[in-house]
Amino acid sequence: MSSTPLLELENVSTHYVSQRGTRVVRAVDDVSLRIDAGETVGIVGESGSGKSTLALTILRLLPPAGRIVHGGMRLEGEDLLAKSDVEMRHVRGKRIAMILQDPMASLNPLFTVGDQVAEPIRVHEGVARKVAWQRARDLLKSVRIPSPETRVTQYPHEMSGGMRQRIVGAIGMSCGPRLLIADEPTTSLDLTIQAQYLNLLRELQRAHGLALIFITHNLGIVAKMCDQLVVMYAGRVVESGPVSRIFNAPMHPYTQALINSIPRMNGSQERLTAIDGQPPDLSALPAGCSFGPRCPRVIERCHVEAPPTFAPEDGRAVRCWHLAPHAEGARAAQPIGAA
Amino acid sequence: MVVLEAAALTKHFNAKRTAFGGSRGVVRAVDNISFAIEPGKTLGVVGESGCGKTTTANLVLGLEAPTGGAIRFEGRDLTALDAAGRRHYRKSVQAVFQDPYASLSPRMRVSEIIAEPLITNEVVAKDELRRRVLEVLDLVGLPARAADLFPHEFSGGQRQRIAIARALMLSPKLVVLDEPVSALDVSIRAQILNLLRDLQARLGLSYLFIAHDLAAVAHMSHTIMVMYLGKIVESGDARTLAMAPKHPYTQALFSAALPSHPDERRDEIILSGEVPSPLNPPDGCRFHPRCPHATARCGAEEPLLAPVEGRQVACHLFDADARRAA
Repeated sequence: MSSTPLLELENVSTHYVSQRGTRVVRAVDDVSLRIDAGETVGIVGESGSGKSTLALTILRLLPPAGRIVHGGMRLEGEDLLAKSDVEMRHVRGKRIAMILQDPMASLNPLFTVGDQVAEPIRVHEGVARKVAWQRARDLLKSVRIPSPETRVTQYPHEMSGGMRQRIVGAIGMSCGPRLLIADEPTTSLDLTIQAQYLNLLRELQRAHGLALIFITHNLGIVAKMCDQLVVMYAGRVVESGPVSRIFNAPMHPYTQALINSIPRMNGSQERLTAIDGQPPDLSALPAGCSFGPRCPRVIERCHVEAPPTFAPEDGRAVRCWHLAPHAEGARAAQPIGAA
Repeated sequence: MVVLEAAALTKHFNAKRTAFGGSRGVVRAVDNISFAIEPGKTLGVVGESGCGKTTTANLVLGLEAPTGGAIRFEGRDLTALDAAGRRHYRKSVQAVFQDPYASLSPRMRVSEIIAEPLITNEVVAKDELRRRVLEVLDLVGLPARAADLFPHEFSGGQRQRIAIARALMLSPKLVVLDEPVSALDVSIRAQILNLLRDLQARLGLSYLFIAHDLAAVAHMSHTIMVMYLGKIVESGDARTLAMAPKHPYTQALFSAALPSHPDERRDEIILSGEVPSPLNPPDGCRFHPRCPHATARCGAEEPLLAPVEGRQVACHLFDADARRAA
């Protein structure tokens, strides 16, 4: 895997700083990530884990208080942080597109669907309105909107939730992006409609060799759709690696607890494994490992020193002291307590 | 004896009138459904938006009056109750809603929120009130000092515990749980589901559990009832139904549920189209326009619930089985 990755993040940190600079929220802390063309990555975490801020960081669409304070981001080898605002505008929508959770909030109620699907094409490619509208019709067809000829002239309120979300998908696909970031794309959809939509995304991905990032709290979506999994907790990546290997043998105590806490369909009447306590406040993180206060396998060292990322197996990374190799490197030299 | 029984329960809403005063028709939100909730047991209701599950909950809570059929609580018809009987019913049936950020008043202290149902329903001395508040707080796993705080000082999971404490204050027999964990974080959901199960075992509560997360419903329920456009299409023992659904809609619904493991492969049945409007439901079987097995008969004749392999199914596919069983 020596080829250039599609997107590469190296030790990226994004902080939100209050106006007087007295409060700093470490929303994304030291995150490294690599996505190859055509790959599907699931970023999983609870609210406040920094997963949505990570998406906004990649697009450089942070609100004024948000700052990328550290790290590097490269898209197909190009430094994203060195780009000017104008250059970034050519990246967003054209090379990286994003789908948000609520289609009613991301569509403009005052414009027809055709206008909104055609807009990125006209902006990025400068083609005539007629050409862009024809492309919009084809796009609606490709996301399975029945009778696209009449639908292009309609407004978002005239459509169902599932259809609106497919239109948002069509807008995302309109300029043939290399990477599509979907932030909780199906939480507002019903189950059978969610299944339709996820299958549609997979078909689009295969047809266009698209890379997908799913930002979700739902491990089920990851199990169904993704190749790689990135688990975030309190702004940090605590575990990452291939989906099936993580599900079969999760290594970080948080990932283990998360996977064990999902109810299973066979209706087993046993108790669920709950994680005690609640996620920490990002502006007042505990010393050492952020998961320490909730961790069932916590040792003394966890409260003192935050663990670095260890690579217990090829392709996997885990931020936990229990995975420190016994004799390697200065920081992990001491033997670690009961594993 | 069953705690609550619904017989041929029906709720039709008149659709909004047009500008000229003409009626636009009737929304058949809940159409002729029957079910029973046993003491200490959970009835799970699943279905997609517009299937009538929230209307069913509202009918059980007495927030809506049925347009047909009856609800019987401990054997007595609700419409026949006198004022004292209705008071008793309202105390015996409580609710926990989806969003604990919306269901708790931000201006009231937790003790006031929890005590309110008791104050409005009973005459209780002040120190007795305080004692009861602390008792239910302990029951839901919150510390006594929580009583003097405001809701904004709590996380989502803790707020849901407060909402549960309020529902328990009147020692109800039945609690309606309308999506009680879907607004909560994943790591917190298991806490609340475990708490609800513990409370059921300890207090002998019955639950009407409504959720769109099928695995959570399968985990929590003793009986599951699947609704589509105001009708029950399948109902029966939770495990039997979740592991081997029979009705084509139930099969599609459960096949669309997200897997709990990436190696879990199931034959996905992807339904075409979307749920039609309950304002103008299809003739015959309401599911037939989306059903992969539909025949001409399905469009003409409505199937009735009949026993099939240990559960009730409303589908013409199983007519032969049902006759044999009868």
